[in-house]
Amino acid sequence: MNKEWINVGAVVNFAKDLGSCVKVNGLQIAVFNLPKNNQWYAVQNLCPHDKRMVLSRGIIGDKEGEPKVTCPLHKNSFSLKNGKHVSEGDVDDITTYPVKVKDGDVFLEVSV
Amino acid sequence: MNRKNIIVIGNGMVGYKFCERLFNKDTKKQFKIITFCEERRPAYDRVRLSAYFEGKTAEDLSMASIDWYKERNIDLYLEDKIISIDRVNKTVTSSKGKTLSFDKIVMATGSSPFVPPVPGIDKAGVFVYRTIDDLEDIIAYAKKCKTCVVIGGGLLGLEAAKAAQELGLKTDVVEFASRLMPRQVDDAGGEMLKRLIEAQGMTVNLNKNTKNIVGDVSVTGMKFADDSVINTEMIIISAGIRPRDELAKACGVTVGSRGGVLVNSSLKTSDDNIYAIGECVVYGDMIYGLVAPGFIMADAVVEQLTGNSAATFTGADMSTKLKLMGTDVASFGDIEPQDIPCKDIVLNNPHTGVYKKLLISEDGNRLLGGVLVGDAAEYGTLLQIYQNKMQLPADPMSLILPRNDDAESGIGIGDLPNTAHICSCENVTKGDVLDAIENQNCDSISAIKSYTKAGTGCGGCVPMLTDLYQYKMAQDGIEVSKALCEHFALSREEMYQVVRATGINTFADLIAQHGKGTGCEICKPTAASIFASVFNEHILSHAPLQDSNDAFLANIQQDGTYSVIPGIPGGEITPDMLMVIAQVGKDFDLYTKITGGQRIDLLGARLDQLPAIWNILINAGFKSGHAYGKSLRTVKSCVGSTWCRYGVQDSTSLAIELEIRYRGLRSPHKIKGAVSGCTRECAEAQCKDFGVIATEKGWNLYVCGNGGIKPRHADLLASDIDKDTLIKYIDIFLMYYIKTADRLQRTANWMMKLPGGLDHLKAVVIDDSLAINTELEAQMQHVVDTYECEWTSTLNDPEKLKRFKHFINSDDQDETVQFTRDREQIRPLQHSEKGLRDV
Ligand SMILES: Cc1cc2nc3c(=O)[nH]c(=O)nc-3n(C[C@H](O)[C@H](O)[C@H](O)COP(=O)(O)OP(=O)(O)OC[C@H]3O[C@@H](n4cnc5c(N)ncnc54)[C@H](O)[C@@H]3O)c2cc1C
Ligand code: SF4
Ligand code: FES
Repeated sequence: MNKEWINVGAVVNFAKDLGSCVKVNGLQIAVFNLPKNNQWYAVQNLCPHDKRMVLSRGIIGDKEGEPKVTCPLHKNSFSLKNGKHVSEGDVDDITTYPVKVKDGDVFLEVSV
Repeated sequence: MNRKNIIVIGNGMVGYKFCERLFNKDTKKQFKIITFCEERRPAYDRVRLSAYFEGKTAEDLSMASIDWYKERNIDLYLEDKIISIDRVNKTVTSSKGKTLSFDKIVMATGSSPFVPPVPGIDKAGVFVYRTIDDLEDIIAYAKKCKTCVVIGGGLLGLEAAKAAQELGLKTDVVEFASRLMPRQVDDAGGEMLKRLIEAQGMTVNLNKNTKNIVGDVSVTGMKFADDSVINTEMIIISAGIRPRDELAKACGVTVGSRGGVLVNSSLKTSDDNIYAIGECVVYGDMIYGLVAPGFIMADAVVEQLTGNSAATFTGADMSTKLKLMGTDVASFGDIEPQDIPCKDIVLNNPHTGVYKKLLISEDGNRLLGGVLVGDAAEYGTLLQIYQNKMQLPADPMSLILPRNDDAESGIGIGDLPNTAHICSCENVTKGDVLDAIENQNCDSISAIKSYTKAGTGCGGCVPMLTDLYQYKMAQDGIEVSKALCEHFALSREEMYQVVRATGINTFADLIAQHGKGTGCEICKPTAASIFASVFNEHILSHAPLQDSNDAFLANIQQDGTYSVIPGIPGGEITPDMLMVIAQVGKDFDLYTKITGGQRIDLLGARLDQLPAIWNILINAGFKSGHAYGKSLRTVKSCVGSTWCRYGVQDSTSLAIELEIRYRGLRSPHKIKGAVSGCTRECAEAQCKDFGVIATEKGWNLYVCGNGGIKPRHADLLASDIDKDTLIKYIDIFLMYYIKTADRLQRTANWMMKLPGGLDHLKAVVIDDSLAINTELEAQMQHVVDTYECEWTSTLNDPEKLKRFKHFINSDDQDETVQFTRDREQIRPLQHSEKGLRDV
């Protein structure tokens, strides 16, 4: 499958220290804008625990320095770097997507 | 090297546990594990099966996902049953036609419910209670029924009866013996249990021998040997279990005279290459119908396969505790005097519904067994004393007497020997836990849990595990950390003090100066709640810190939609305002329901609809009901002296005044209040965080009550006070709670942990013993004066409104949110109803 960088909107559309959900080729992707160290992350919006499209509405934080997002429904946490499930219990990992910022716009790399 | 094929027949609780343990122990990778399961789901927690009725899904109950097996290279065949074993050529054949060769077989086929062979038992409407599929069938059929009979008054029967009742059915329990739970409790205990069960609204019929089931195609009733009849539309059978030994029989493996796959203490069957474990086994004439013995068997076989040929199974304890909501029943050891001389101690209080009996040795030194009905709080301690043959205290009665919180019990966790079992599901002893703390650097409960696995099964031992951990820490002179999370060494109370003392009002400053890292789902909302209690700024000015509920000013539901609850102070509302709500419900097609707090819940609103909905409500004069926040919810009221012929004060006006005073107040957890117009207490004030009851002379103030998971009656803080004093006391009480409580600690729980308890609280609130009341009152006044409706100000701020959209790069809606209709209103589609696509 081919991969392609897709423009998902201007940087200013993405609230700081929060997640935002974008639609790319029918996929729901949660994008996180962490301006402190100029970091951006993108992961699937679907929480694998109860299969709900909610991760963009989770709280961002870190576990021992590793950035993570916590699902608003039952508080499962996932690494923003590699998608690994990092809280207690047996829940699947999630998919992450590469992000880059160019000329004031945000791009995600997805399969087309 | 060629791996040896281990075929595990049956993937139930015990079969799964065997796979897990063998995989972990098989460090040399000698074995290839293959497991067959007749059911369509991999192993799930059958013990918690009834939780399915409380909304747990099959996934919640699952012991491990299909990927778990894949990752471990364990071949899992679902909905495929082993139908024959060729012991000469060492192969098994499955119902789907798979033939595989084996080196060893582990039979873990479990048991099936015993269905008594009475005429008519095959009619529609007769069910058993064993698998998730059974439960789904029961739920579906119950929709058409109003009545249900459960055959069997044992452990499982009562669990099934409770479930039937929760489905809204009028439920009868029918028992053949002369008492309930005949194998676990004695006559007097059975009598007390019957009363407790009947008090919950079920009917108990004893000494009933079913003659036949009545009805054409479907059940309409049951007839008994004494010619009595019970009319019913459905029947759940829970009359005991039969081990699944049909496969063993078919391939010539010896079975017990009364059924069950016969094993020796090595858990080997009559064929050296075939082991059997779990509920299908008969050992020493016993069938072990509980999960813990099955796990011990699984362990013993794993040990043998991985080189410890001495590992054996020589029987296991069959002590049980019934896990019925609202009814405590437990028993252990002998429940009736046996051959050896013994004495019993009985405590029988029909008034409180508590029956306890201990059987002790003639010399008074040893505990031989016991029965606890109505209150089984001492079960853990007693079981330990019994299992470890510990010396009893001089007056064993002290072990079962109702205790007030300060009194030391006769025997504490420190007295237990190291061999004492803390977690029987995972077979973890006190010694194992101490070793984990001392030698494996386990420095928290969760570290102990993940190292020893204790508390990861049924979870019943977690309180004891916590006690043990705290005991050990106290012994070593280590202070147990109250740290909020990995980012802050402060407790919530300390963080509150820091914020007040320093005036820090951003999370960035707080974590930079008093914490480390970037924060998490625990410390961020805690800080946000403290900022709100102290400064009372708009909640969205701290959006990145908020739980989803506060971030979107609405309560998130299981499907990702939100609820909308406008404030209706005191529950008083005009017909015009009702029409506004009705119109919103209609226009946006929301599910509408009256809440327990006397307001109206509108459910199923999408994120993007929230501003439009609130715009209409606010313009009509509503304010946010803060139903999403850890804050004041409602002050419930009755109509009081204005209308009620018994009322002695105007409870409605006071409730409205109080609700308006405290609305929007942020706190460690939600707060509920109520005001009743006389002692008849129609507003249920005594189960609220603060409750007020009118008297002839003024008002009585009750605090720290709770409904919910653990109901607690509120304590009387002050009587016959006038309104100004009342409000002053509530101000101080609430602020003192906000200042000192832990995160997510309701007032009831806070009170139970408060050093000095009610006396201390009275001294603080009434006598100002800490000399802080002027400050607390001023803080409350600040919150009251700076109140703003969060929705009103959000609607006026385009920046804040930007976030109320599902996609930021498209106006599409979230197509995974789908509804169907029940009783004319919308409800979310369950996953099973919508054929979910993967991302
Ligand atoms: C409602 C309920 C409540 C309970 N509460 C408690 C409790 O509080 N405490 C407690 O200790 N115990 C409790 N139990 C009992 C506990 O669930 C069992 O002891 C435990 O499940 C036994 O595990 P097992 O693996 O031996 O059998 P099971 O869990 O029954 O698993 C056996 C599996 O093997 C499958 N199977 C059978 N034959 C074949 C074959 N030929 N090929 C392939 N697959 C096959 C079966 O379909 C089944 O899935 C409860 C049981 C029920 C039903
Ligand atoms: S509590 Fe008293 S005043 Fe209020 S409705 Fe009940 S009986 Fe009437
Ligand atoms: S759906 Fe995300 S944690 Fe349950």
